[in-house]
Amino acid sequence: MSDATATTRSRHRLAADLAVPLLIALLALGAWEAIVRWRDVPAYILPAPSLIARTLVTDWGTLWPAWLITLKVTALALLASIVGGVGLAFLFTLSRWIERSLFPFAIILQVTPIIAIAPLILIYAPNTLSALLLCAWIVAFFPVLSNTVTGLRSADRNLQDLFTLYGATRWQRLRLLLAPSALPYFLAGLRIAGGLSLIGAVIAEFTAGTAGQESGLAWRILEASFRLNVARMFAALTLISVTGIAIFVALNILTRKLLGHWHESQLPEHR
Amino acid sequence: MNVQAAPLIEIRDAALSYGNGTVALESVNLSVGQHEFLGLVGPSGCGKSTLLRLIAGLMAPSAGRVSTVSDRSGDAPEIGFVFQEPTLMPWARVFDNVHLPLRLKGLPVAEARSRVEQALEMVGLADFRRAYPRELSGGMKMRVSIARALVTRPTLLLMDEPFAALDDMTRHRLNDDLLKLWSEQRWTVVFVTHSIYEAVYLSSRVAVMAASPGRIVADLHIDSPYPRDQEYRLSAAYGAHCRVVTSALAQAGTSDV
Repeated sequence: MSDATATTRSRHRLAADLAVPLLIALLALGAWEAIVRWRDVPAYILPAPSLIARTLVTDWGTLWPAWLITLKVTALALLASIVGGVGLAFLFTLSRWIERSLFPFAIILQVTPIIAIAPLILIYAPNTLSALLLCAWIVAFFPVLSNTVTGLRSADRNLQDLFTLYGATRWQRLRLLLAPSALPYFLAGLRIAGGLSLIGAVIAEFTAGTAGQESGLAWRILEASFRLNVARMFAALTLISVTGIAIFVALNILTRKLLGHWHESQLPEHR
Repeated sequence: MNVQAAPLIEIRDAALSYGNGTVALESVNLSVGQHEFLGLVGPSGCGKSTLLRLIAGLMAPSAGRVSTVSDRSGDAPEIGFVFQEPTLMPWARVFDNVHLPLRLKGLPVAEARSRVEQALEMVGLADFRRAYPRELSGGMKMRVSIARALVTRPTLLLMDEPFAALDDMTRHRLNDDLLKLWSEQRWTVVFVTHSIYEAVYLSSRVAVMAASPGRIVADLHIDSPYPRDQEYRLSAAYGAHCRVVTSALAQAGTSDV
């Protein structure tokens, strides 16, 4: 098989991967629109897709700043998860003692529902943004931490011996062996953390319930529900979904870029 | 038999036991001279690989002494190690895999580059320097692994069943290539294998080990002259050597070969 036909084939598969779900989505939206119109469902119960689209445009002035806030919290929380998760994982690899003393606390943070901690965080955090960030971070950092720890421990034993035989320094071992071995694990954790940081940001906003200039999309949903503005609830929900999908796609592209040329998970199924 | 002045490897009463009471090796005595090709055969679990790791300095014996000296100056020899698996870094190209030992030793890049090219040339993979390991066949990966072991210009090459996972044809070809390189460069080789035939084909000397506890039970000289080739495989001398090694293994009370 030549490279050209392989490329064409993968392009065809990509088209099918995109076209089929897109078609299903369009059909579902069409059915939704038809049912709402045909049965005359009132907009405060179920707005038609066309009304939601119109709301997105007319309410853009309120939704856009709120979206930016949510994006900011999500992005910062994800960044903090990477720094915190990878940093702690390196520390744990350096010393079993540090791991023994700190890992239980990471687990406690992970298993305690964030909804239950959030009101406390709101009391102690200096401002709303840092409270939101902290909540989102607590939800998102654990998969990065635990995956990176596993990854750093998964380096091939024989390669480890080889590094010992040639007198590798600690830094060389970390950079040339442990870090590349951990990369696939880290990226798998990152993809989970990407979704969780958005979930964390939204949950935090719900609990914080901040009004005013600092409020994100989740607060707009609450606010709209108080006013029975269901179309705006759906519009805000759409933006949150789009954000989640964008994070997922971006992290998948990143994974492919970093692992595509060597890792099993990224190879075509039939060679 | 040309006896060398100072042995390169000197093992005196070496033993290795683990905390749980398992005795992996018991009073092993072995000395390997410069430029010898020592085959180490024995049933699985007899401690062949453990002995190799002791020689490499990756483990320390719990009793006795294991020392390696390259010459009279008393320096430790440069060691090359080849594992049963190719043990390549999947994220690195062939060139970078072979470059690794020199990089770890901090050799200047320009000098390292020419050495890597030479090593790849030796194993016949110069055209594959930019390939990733997954793009290579099992035999080619093993060649990369050998190039990586040779790139530091070792005086001692330790090989742990390097060709066990390969098909017969590939193994025979790599056997011949290895002998050719050895005759040119004359490193000392300790070659662990579970195949009597491979050991007799390659080695100038074969040490036979027995299991539980791991120990050396026979030390046999294979006096057929080098270069050896496919003719040797069919010769009466080869058959005779194989019989001797086989009966030594049988006497050690092992049928699990």
